[in-house]
Amino acid sequence: MVALQETVERVRRIDVDQYRYGFETLIESEKAPKGLSEEIVKFISQKKNEPAWMLQWRLEAYRRWLTMTEPTWARVEYPKIDFQDIYYYAAPKPKKTVTSLDEIDPEILKTYDKLGIPLREVAALEGVEPPPGGEQTPNRKIAVDAVFDSVSVATTFKAELKRAGVIFMPISGAIREHPELVQKYLGSVVPTSDNFYATLNSAVFSDGSFVYVPPGVRCPMELSTYFRINERNTGQFERTLIIADKGSYVSYLEGCTAPQRDENQLHAAVVELVALDDAEIKYSTVQNWYPGNSEGKGGIYNFVTKRGHCRGDRSKISWTQVETGSAITWKYPSCILRGDNSSGEFYSIAISNGFQQVDSGTKMIHLGKNTSSRIISKGIAAGKSQNTYRGLVTAHRKATGARNFTACDSLLIGDKCGAHTVPYIEAKNSSATFEHEATTSKISEDVLFYCIQRGLSQEEAVGLVVNGFVKQVLQKLPMEFAVEAQKLISISLDGSVG
Amino acid sequence: MALLEIRDLHVGVEDREVIRGLDLNVHAGEVHAIMGPNGSGKSTLSHVIAGKPGYEVTDGQILFKGEDLLEMAPEERAAKGVFLAFQYPVEIAGVTTMNFLRAALNAQRKARDQQEFSTPEFLKRVREVAGSLNIRQDMLKRGVNVGFSGGEKKRNEILQMALFEPSLCILDEIDSGLDIDALRIVASGINGLRSPERAMIVITHYRRLLDHIVPDVVHVMSKGRIVKSGDKELALELEACGYGQFEDAA
Repeated sequence: MVALQETVERVRRIDVDQYRYGFETLIESEKAPKGLSEEIVKFISQKKNEPAWMLQWRLEAYRRWLTMTEPTWARVEYPKIDFQDIYYYAAPKPKKTVTSLDEIDPEILKTYDKLGIPLREVAALEGVEPPPGGEQTPNRKIAVDAVFDSVSVATTFKAELKRAGVIFMPISGAIREHPELVQKYLGSVVPTSDNFYATLNSAVFSDGSFVYVPPGVRCPMELSTYFRINERNTGQFERTLIIADKGSYVSYLEGCTAPQRDENQLHAAVVELVALDDAEIKYSTVQNWYPGNSEGKGGIYNFVTKRGHCRGDRSKISWTQVETGSAITWKYPSCILRGDNSSGEFYSIAISNGFQQVDSGTKMIHLGKNTSSRIISKGIAAGKSQNTYRGLVTAHRKATGARNFTACDSLLIGDKCGAHTVPYIEAKNSSATFEHEATTSKISEDVLFYCIQRGLSQEEAVGLVVNGFVKQVLQKLPMEFAVEAQKLISISLDGSVG
Repeated sequence: MALLEIRDLHVGVEDREVIRGLDLNVHAGEVHAIMGPNGSGKSTLSHVIAGKPGYEVTDGQILFKGEDLLEMAPEERAAKGVFLAFQYPVEIAGVTTMNFLRAALNAQRKARDQQEFSTPEFLKRVREVAGSLNIRQDMLKRGVNVGFSGGEKKRNEILQMALFEPSLCILDEIDSGLDIDALRIVASGINGLRSPERAMIVITHYRRLLDHIVPDVVHVMSKGRIVKSGDKELALELEACGYGQFEDAA
């Protein structure tokens, strides 16, 4: 077991301690006092210049939150969180009202630069029209909304999106400028009473992205949000709301990073997707929050509620996620298939290493007729990590012809980690067809030696096997993200890159 | 100078000595057969030459092209031209044979400071070799050895041997699990790779294989040593009298 042991050792050393995004940005910030109270909720609402209805909505959520308890059913362990020891609002101190990227603190822009995020799209900022046949340029355009601690700092390509009728802006702005849309859809997928963390988010969310794609419009570019936690002891509670109106299409990408901290930081986001008749939403995440160090100290608690509502007939929602970071992941991007002939998909790669704990999966709730869903989950556990897939597939009484296919595969590297599969399947309609497949395998000493005898190094061998294992899901990511995700997987597992 | 020179090799596995003072010289252009009963240390020898972890060399030396082979990482040995055709080739799901071949070939070329093959060059080479071994294109698109029959797995080993062009080929019971037709294809593939620059060590229980791959030298291994060496007639003698006569010699 020498070679395998070495791999495991190398993985342990390289992964967590070489977190590439673990730098801190020194900028002045404005914080609310620590802890949570009605005053803090009012403070946040006031900071955002919110209308009265929004404050009321938050306060109701806060009061309900006080009556709730934290969920304990997930296979994760962590010390009790002191919710009064967290800052609920931190914002980079604004110099004045920001109208263009040039007015944003250069330190923040530098941060995004380090992360390799194309925030500074010079052409876009200067209003330069792309040349005819611009689609031949190697880099496809991506509109980026960047959220730094609690505040959205910049959104690119606003004008071009506006021409297509697409609204892509910080949700704080949408609350003021498009109250009719926000009031109609906010909380309509994840109600304020949904669960402990979603309710907390409803009370204190400070920013996030808002997308509305009007009927029949195919969003002309990928939309992307990058989330970054910077401040110490600060929770990040972003709220994302995406609405695809009838016959529209949008692809949305989300990336996350945080500095290395000794203490744990809480991230409790809520994402709501609404797809009306014939609409399609593709939501991709590459999550690389700080996972903690090699002793399991620090790292992000990622307690996130993501849910899509296929409200219209023939609508489609597809979740693709690559989860490599966070000390603890508690996350189940789900689809409610209400519209007839609607479909939901969940493609996931969850990698855990060091002392990371992952409890992730999905829920596919079949309500409409002839709805279909597909779940492909690839879990990779290394180091001393625990990796659980938890999935629920249900067909309600009226969901005739519901179909689901689930395949959960787990790959173990080393012998101190664990992989677990917890499927829940309920069919209340006899015409439902649910298929579930699950496998667990190990990168064996023999497979490694076979590859190495053919000239591959240990890292290359592990990388090859892992990439073969996750290929099916990687192919579902938009191309730019797939490359990034593949790199991340290499960094997380074999250290041959970065 | 011999291509491969093994001097007084002693190897232990979990405190048990399985190779107990083995000497062997293999020159370029030669084909050596190593025969012997189960547990005589044949497979251990092949693993130690290739650098498989889990074996402890307690004494002796292995020189390959005059260099100390035991100092090299297994992937370096591969890049220097040591190739082991496995008795039980592993299956790697999700990694197509084509991708695997390219990754391995390019890793070896990179280690030798050679330029990587371009995609068309690579594909051309693979197709040529695959054709000569009766390997169908769709096999190359499947996961490495996934769903391959015993014969297909062994042919895949020979395909790799032909592509990587090693100077020392060790064939560990390449005949096991093959019917007579498959054996013919595999053996003719191997014979096609015989050359004055290349040496082969063929490990087998049975003389049958040596009717197809005619060796220059036959060694008999017993209890961790080479107890007798001779020409191909020795294989016939073994078949007639069995391995028993050598037990005492060891």
